[in-house]
Formats: sequence, structure tokens, C-alpha cells
Amino acid sequence: MTGGLRTNLRVVGALGWRSIRQTFRRPQLMAPILIFPTLLLAIQVGGAGRAVDLPQFPEVNGFLDFMIAGAMVQATLLAGNSGGIALALDIEMGFTDRLLAAPISRFAIVLGRLVGTAALGALTAVWFLAIGLIFGAHIEGGVLGVLLIILLVTCSAVAFGGIGAAIALRSGSASVVQGLFPLVFVILFLSTAFFPEDLLLEPARSVAEWNPLSFIVDGIRDLVVSTFSAGQFFEGVAALALMGLFGIGLSAAAMRGRLRRG
Amino acid sequence: MPAIQTRDLQRVFPGGVVAVAGVDLDIADREIYAFLGPNGAGKTTTVRMLTTLLRPTGGTAAVAGHDVVRDAASVRRAIGVALQEAALDPLMTGRELIRLQATLHGLPAAEGRTRAERLLARVGLANAADRRVGTYSGGMRRRLDLASALVHEPRILFLDEPTTGLDPVSRKAIWEEVEKLNREGTTVFLTTQYLEEADQLADRVGIIDEGRIVAAGTPGALKAEIGRPHLEVVLADGTMDRAEEILRRFGRPLPAKDGAALVELEGGASGVAPVVRALDEAGLVVESLDLVQPTLDDVFVAKTGYHLEGSDTGEQEAIEPERSG
Repeated sequence: MTGGLRTNLRVVGALGWRSIRQTFRRPQLMAPILIFPTLLLAIQVGGAGRAVDLPQFPEVNGFLDFMIAGAMVQATLLAGNSGGIALALDIEMGFTDRLLAAPISRFAIVLGRLVGTAALGALTAVWFLAIGLIFGAHIEGGVLGVLLIILLVTCSAVAFGGIGAAIALRSGSASVVQGLFPLVFVILFLSTAFFPEDLLLEPARSVAEWNPLSFIVDGIRDLVVSTFSAGQFFEGVAALALMGLFGIGLSAAAMRGRLRRG
Repeated sequence: MPAIQTRDLQRVFPGGVVAVAGVDLDIADREIYAFLGPNGAGKTTTVRMLTTLLRPTGGTAAVAGHDVVRDAASVRRAIGVALQEAALDPLMTGRELIRLQATLHGLPAAEGRTRAERLLARVGLANAADRRVGTYSGGMRRRLDLASALVHEPRILFLDEPTTGLDPVSRKAIWEEVEKLNREGTTVFLTTQYLEEADQLADRVGIIDEGRIVAAGTPGALKAEIGRPHLEVVLADGTMDRAEEILRRFGRPLPAKDGAALVELEGGASGVAPVVRALDEAGLVVESLDLVQPTLDDVFVAKTGYHLEGSDTGEQEAIEPERSG
């Protein structure tokens, strides 16, 4: 490994660790990631549990088993949004200038933030798996399923974090990134996160059919409600790769633009 | 080879706003150079270009012998930067921040820890090292910012308004540290709105106004260029018109300042007595009369036509003269 690469990896690690610490030290960033999706999950499972009796509802052990994947993806979307807000705050307070004045790769700054978001993603996966198991969900995919769920959820956080970082770098404003918060719910409700595709009405059904979030949610859900199936899993991985490349590509372009503008 | 050299350095922002309009600098190794000017003069924009944070739109700049555009990475390795408003994460502790800075500059972890401890002690923050930066006072934040800029022992240190908004004690602590660093061999480029800071710290001063250097030299040479002392007269009734009318007979009038009428005495100190007599004969009651040796403020007025007002009090706004001299 070359010296420059080693230094940049250390920088990414250090910035990632800072990002994790920052989230835990700023409860207003942590609350939306875990508490909102947990409350929504509780309300939905408590209030609409009989949805599983609907004729076109897929075969599942319980409504919680169906909903848990949506809650995880919702949490990772919010983690990506929070990561974007934190990066925008760094830009606003001038901390990013401190990093840019150092002899490090410019993209290490974004990657450091994404490492922190990935860690939050892994945490949300563990959190919702624990909640699910405590309240009676069955993880049909077993131990391998659990590990793959954590992997998919972590990668989701990175993909969504890339988009959050791109918006932060482009706008340089925490309030702009925060303003996208409601959009998270629109995108989520236009996917299969909370409703089976067969129960959606047009045009939401067509949107959900092609919404990459649906593939990601279904990939995670499949590991909860059934044993591992390569087709569903790799569709989820492909959607994640697409979103990840999109997010990271967008943030790289936004970083270049910011450096040009100064 | 100069530590910093620029030729016709320019920065024009979108919309045609000219922030820096052609700056030439030759700053020698181990020199303290102060860039003096009001808000919006182009100081920070110049620093941002020299520290590779902003691309020039014209001209050239080399820092530590490296071009700021073509060899930005080498520039970043050679410099330490403490930017305006101390860009510190309030959620980090002082120790965490300096260690992170050490990592950013590629220092091994053990070396980073050692230097962090040494620097925290040096700037008097050892006892506050594990407190979050958000709980620090303005002076503590500045000292931490300075310490973090030094962690990789840079050859050239950029300080953008290092003492703005600080109380006199904190300001003095920063000055002492800057002087010590300079004695140890560090070249210092600092921007300031404080005349006293530039006068006391700098080997040379560049006065910048509207993106251009209007005067440069040692504080002594700049003051000598202005030459003669000036008289400041305040009348008991608070008016200035009649005093100005009389003072005009004895030398070149200067823009009024803090309610005082000013005149540059052609005959130096020997010209005071005739002025006193003239004021007395006119029946004016004088509240105060001071003979003031040339200061950097006089240089600033001579070069820009207005005072860098409040420069010694922390109220740093350049104000246009009520009447031009």
C-alpha cells in the first residue's frame, strides 16, 4: 500500500469516527434515524395489523415481519439525510475548509462522512432486528439472513448518504438538506416499503414497480419472510449498486463544483 | 526564494464582483507580514487563494516555492492555516481536534498524540483538553485553532484575523505566541483590521483597499513616509466647524475623527503654539489638544482617504470621512 493511500485511508477512518461521535453527541441527528421509524412501525403494526388478512396480501408470519424491512430502509434514508445535514453544517461553520486546506484527497472528506453513515446504517439494522425479534418477528433467512440484512441496510445507508452529501456540497446549506426530509416519505410511500405492490392503486403501483427503493426493500424483506432467494437478493443488490453509484457520482461532481466555486 | 510570492493575483466572483484586483506580494522567509484593511477589502479572499481554498481568476501565486494551482498539494503540506472565526467543531474536544488535524497531515498516531499534548500545553489548554470546544471562550477557541494549525510544524502560517472579537488579554496571548513562533523560524502571514496588531507584530505591512495594495513597507517606513505629526483639537462645545476653519491656516486638514478636528502640522511640534494662540484669540474654549505622532491609521487615511475606525477597540468598521481633507 502506498503512503498516500494509507494516509487517506487513515483520514477516512478518522473522519468516519468523528461523524459517528458527532451523531451520538447531537441527539437531534440521532432521533429521526431511530425514533421516528420505530414510532411509525409501532403505529402501523398496532393499527393496521389486520392488513395481512387482505386477499392480495403476501404470505407472511405477521404484519411486523412485513413492515420491518420498510422501517429499516426508512431509517437509512433518514441516516443519509442526517449525514447530509451534518456535512452541510460543516460547510456552514467552515470546518470543511479546515479539511480542504489539509494535504488529503478531497473525496476522503465525503468518504469519511459516508463511513459514519454506513455505521449508522448497521446500527439501524441491528436495532430493528432486535425490535423485531423482541416483538415476535421471525427471521426466516436465519443467521445468514441476518448478516445479509445488515449488509444490505448498511449499503443502503451509504447509497442514500451519497445523495445527501451531494445535496449538502451543492447547496452548502443545512436547511436545504433538512428541507428534503418530507421527500423521504414521498419516495418511501411510492415504493413497496409499507404496502404490497398488489394492493397499491395506479399510478402509485407503476411508480413503485420501478422505484429502486422497492427492489431494496423487497431484497431485505425476502430475507425476513422467507429463506434466501438469489433472484430477490441480487435485484436488491443491483438497485443498491445503481443508487450507490448515482449518489457517490453525484457527490464527487458536487465536490468538484464546490472546489471550482471556492 | 520568497516564502510567498504573487504577481497580479486576481479573483473576480461570478457577477463581476472584483474581490482582489491584482496583488503583488514578496514575503521573505521568517517574516511576519500583516495584511491590513477593512471588511471587504480582499484580505480573506487573498488568504483563501494562497491556502489553495479558492482558485485565482488571474495572475500567479507561489507559496513555499509551489504554485497554488498546479502544485496545491505541496502548498498544503507546507502551510498551517487558522481561518477567520475559528472553524472548530463545537462537539469535538480540544484533544480530539488536534489529533484529527495530526491525522489529516499524515502524522503517525503516536506522534500525533505526543504533539497534541505538547501543543495543548503550549497554548494553555491542557486542563481543558477533554472539554467540548463548544464550551470554550473565544480566546480559548483561537488558541486551539492556532495549536491545531501548528501540529505538522508548518513552514508558513496563515492567520486570518486571529484576534478579531477577542478581549485585550486574549489578544495579547495570541500576539506573544505568534512572535514566539516567528522567532522559532515560522513565516507568518496574517490579516487584520487592527492597526495596533499590525504595528506591533508585523515586520512589514501591506494596506489593502478595494482589492489592491495601496501601501506596503515596514510600519516605521510607512509612518515616516507620512512624515509630520498631526494635531487633534476638541472644542468644549462639541462643534468642529470653527476649529477646522482656524486649523486649516496651519497645515493640511485631515478627516475628522471622534469629534476632533485634525490638521497635519507643517512645522511639526513647533507649530502647536501658534495654533493655541489662534484658537484663544478666536474665543474658542478647547477641551483637549493633542499632538499625535504619525500612526498606521494616518498612513491608512493618507492612502485610502478614510479611517480604519475602531481598530484598537474591536469595533472594526471602516468609515468614510464626514469631510474629506
